[in-house]
Formats: sequence, structure tokens, C-alpha cells
Amino acid sequence: MREPVISFYNVSKSYPLYGHIRGIKNFLFNFPKSLTSMQDERFDALNNISFEVYEGENFGIIGNNGAGKSTTLGLIAGVLKPNRGRVVVRRRVSPLLALGAGFHAELTGRENVELNGVLLGLTRKEIRRKMEEIIEFSEIGDFVNRPVRVYSSGMLARLGFSVVAHLDPEILLIDEVLGVGDIRFQKKCLEKMMSFKDSGVTMVLVTHSVASVMNICDRAMWIADHQVQMIGDPEKVVETYCETSGVPLNPSAVNKAAL
Amino acid sequence: MGISQRLGQKKQRVIRIPGARNFENYRDILIVLLQKELKVRYNNKLLGYVWSIANPLAAAVVYYVAFEILMRLRIPDYQLILLTGVFPWQWFTNVVGASSNIFVGNASIIKKVNFPRSIVPLCMVMNHMIHYIMSIPVIVLFLLFYHRTPSLAWLYGLPLWLAVHFLMVYGISLGLSSINLFFRDLERLMSIVLNFAFYLTPVLYPLDTIPEKVRHFIFLNPAAPLIAGWRELLLYGRVDWLFWSVSLGYAALFFTIGSLIYRRLSWKFAEVI
Repeated sequence: MREPVISFYNVSKSYPLYGHIRGIKNFLFNFPKSLTSMQDERFDALNNISFEVYEGENFGIIGNNGAGKSTTLGLIAGVLKPNRGRVVVRRRVSPLLALGAGFHAELTGRENVELNGVLLGLTRKEIRRKMEEIIEFSEIGDFVNRPVRVYSSGMLARLGFSVVAHLDPEILLIDEVLGVGDIRFQKKCLEKMMSFKDSGVTMVLVTHSVASVMNICDRAMWIADHQVQMIGDPEKVVETYCETSGVPLNPSAVNKAAL
Repeated sequence: MGISQRLGQKKQRVIRIPGARNFENYRDILIVLLQKELKVRYNNKLLGYVWSIANPLAAAVVYYVAFEILMRLRIPDYQLILLTGVFPWQWFTNVVGASSNIFVGNASIIKKVNFPRSIVPLCMVMNHMIHYIMSIPVIVLFLLFYHRTPSLAWLYGLPLWLAVHFLMVYGISLGLSSINLFFRDLERLMSIVLNFAFYLTPVLYPLDTIPEKVRHFIFLNPAAPLIAGWRELLLYGRVDWLFWSVSLGYAALFFTIGSLIYRRLSWKFAEVI
């Protein structure tokens, strides 16, 4: 058995609903209420979940909106801390940022690659070594020297994917951002992701596209009601998920779609 | 459960084997973020510089016209007193004013990427420090114009005051930016506080116009010894050690409080942003 690189042991995460304390003014005017609401009103996002992801695996997470998928990614990325249980992550994590989120509009594509890279944990030296490869893969051509505010959304997505894909990711987190490029670029991304598998990159993919889960992932997890419903073979998990949601799965459509 | 016990448990809940980022990455984040700020501001090089000088300079002119010409305050060297107060005050007020929104403005990254967030206010403070340093030649020009010269004390006085000023505003910035995520109207409160602070700090007037009876109260205002100290250095060419040590005390205090607040709250940033 391969080594688990991500382990969740009985992890629970709840968010306090800072409902009454949107500001100092409200906090002071409703002081007793504010104090109790800080302690009592909480929203459970994940309730006692455990799973493991192994090295080099493509792991898919599916579930309805608000089921806790993005919270899971946040826990893996280390931006959130669990309230109970334990999260162990044994590799460097690179989150794929949502469309242009890590980009600054006034900077050129090249400068943004650098900015994104250092935030993801690399040094400038490492980024410069990969720069040309990133630019070439993203296919944005001369636009790389223009500010990203003039980019189309497809260009932003392409550049964003190229950055994380080329900066030696160990664990790659992808949260529903791949449907943006044209079909040719989607195919290219898919090939790149498949090549990760050979180089031992672990990928965690959160998506609503059941086709992606079936085509890319080795294993899938279905989260519902803040708990793990099922982990295992992606086709079976997707099938059960679709049945429960009342949307019958159409296998021929899945096979045609690339992502 | 005791607090120490709870803290201990919290630490064990997340285990990351590659551990913290190395120093080189930390340094590079700082360089890239600083370059970003400066590039955005100075894209059109000369014009960018003019803009960062224009604001305090225009303010000084307005005060000069209002107080010296229209209200006929007769304070010797009033032009220089204004300039040597307004420029350091700009650094102070710009940082405090910008602090509240600095994390909220970077929400998309903070939500996704685990990087040392304290670097964002650090970079903002350094950015404003660079603007301030670049404005010192303008002060020198004015000194020369009024037949004064920079003194030798600047050699050690500038780094000493820069360090204290830096520490103070960074501490304030850490605390304010963290709290603002939980209380979003802090920004409005701060603009009121800054307005008070501006008139209670010797920016528009020299210390010796304050009635002697209340003069020692000025030390209750953390910005007062700072600005008064800058003026002593820039205009009269000496380091006032009393002002400096009081400022250092306030700076250490703010920095300690700011870091404590930041440390307690930083792991919740992604939840509330």
C-alpha cells in the first residue's frame, strides 16, 4: 500500500455564526447577546469525517452545494483548523486559485506568475527557471507582458492552471475552476493531470462535473449532510450520488466529455 | 479545560510534515509584494513620484495659507515646521488608515493559500516607509531654500527614528487589520480617531505653542513624541532622546499588543473573511 499523504482522523469543523457582531457598534449595543452568540451559534460544516489520500492518487470529492467540500479543501490547504480531530498533511500543498484570484490586475502576466509562485511557497529563483515553460503551456503569447486586466477569462484560467501545474506541486488542490478554457486547452490540462500521476503528484479535485470524476479520478468521496457517505471506485460513488440526487446518470454522455 | 490545555490541543490538530516555509521564500514573498506595490504606484516613473510627494506638499501649502496668511499666526519658520510635521504624519496616518482594509482586500488569497499573513501589513508599512524616505530630499530642498542645512545628527538620527516609527506603525497595523476582520466598522471608528489625533499631535504647530500647564499631557498621545521628535531631527538637527525613548516605549507596547492580537486571531482569518 502506498503512503497516505493526507489523513483526516475524525475531523469536525464548525463555523461560529458571527451574526450579531457585524461591527463594533452592534457588538456593544447587544453586548450580552453578542457574547452568547459567539459561543453558541455554530454551523457544522463537517461532522466527524475520516479519510486518507495516497501518494500519486487523483482523489475526487463530490456532493451538493454546502455539503462541506470546500471546507475540506481549506483544511487540507491549512487555512482552516479543525475543531475536533486531526488533519495530517505530509506534502507541500498547492491550491489552484479560482479564476485570477491570486492575480493583481495592474501587473503583467509574467509578474503575476512570480507573485503567485512565491505565495505558493517557491522562491523567485525556482519560478524564473520555470517561467518560459509556464508561459508556453498557457498559450497566452505576447499577452504575458501586458497587465492581466486586459486578459479574457479563458486566458486567466489558462495562466492560473499553468502556474500551479509547473511549480512542482506535490499536492494539487483544484476547486471547480477547470471548465473555463476552450476544449483544446481542457484536453491539454487533462493530459497534464494524467502525467502528474506518473510523477507522484497527488491531486484532490472538488467538482460538480461527474464526468471529470469518472474520467480523471482513481477514487472518489461523496460528502452529504457534512459526513462521508461513500468512498471508493469513482463510477460507483458517482452512480450512487446521482441516484440519490434524482438525476439519472447517462454513461454515454460521460464518456464523450473530456472534463 | 484550562486555556493552556486547549491551546496545546489546538496545535496538535494540524500536522504538516514539510513544515514552515524557508527563509528564502519568506524573503521573496516580501520582495515580490513590495515590487508589486511600487510598480503599481510608479508605473509611470516620474509621475508616480510626483504623486507621492504631491499629497503632503499640497497639505502643507493649504495649512500655510490658512494659518499663516489668513489667520496670521506668527510662528517663526512656519513653512518648515509644517513640512517637517506633515511628511512623517503622512506615513503614520496612511498606514493606520490603510490597515483596516488590508486583509479584506486580499480575501481571495487568504481564503485559499496558507502563507504568513503578517507579511501583508509588513509589506504595506515598508511601502509607506519607502515613500517617506523618498520624500526626505524634498524636505532637504526646502531647508536649503530657507538657508538651513541638514545636520550630521541625521546620520544616526534617521535610522533611529525610522526604526521606531516603523515598529510603532507595524504594531498598530497588525492589530487593526486583524480586528477589522471581526469588526468591519473599525475602519469608520479609526477615521474619527485619526481626525482627533491629527489636531492633538503637533503637526500643525510646534510644541512650544502649547500652554506650559498642559504640555506634559502631550506624552499621552503616542503620535506626539514621534512627530515632535521627527521635527527636532529634521528641522533642528538633533535627536531628542526623551521623545525617542517614549516613542520606543509606545512602539514596543503597540508591537507587542498587535502581535498578540494577530497570533490569537490569525488562524480564524479564512473563516471570517
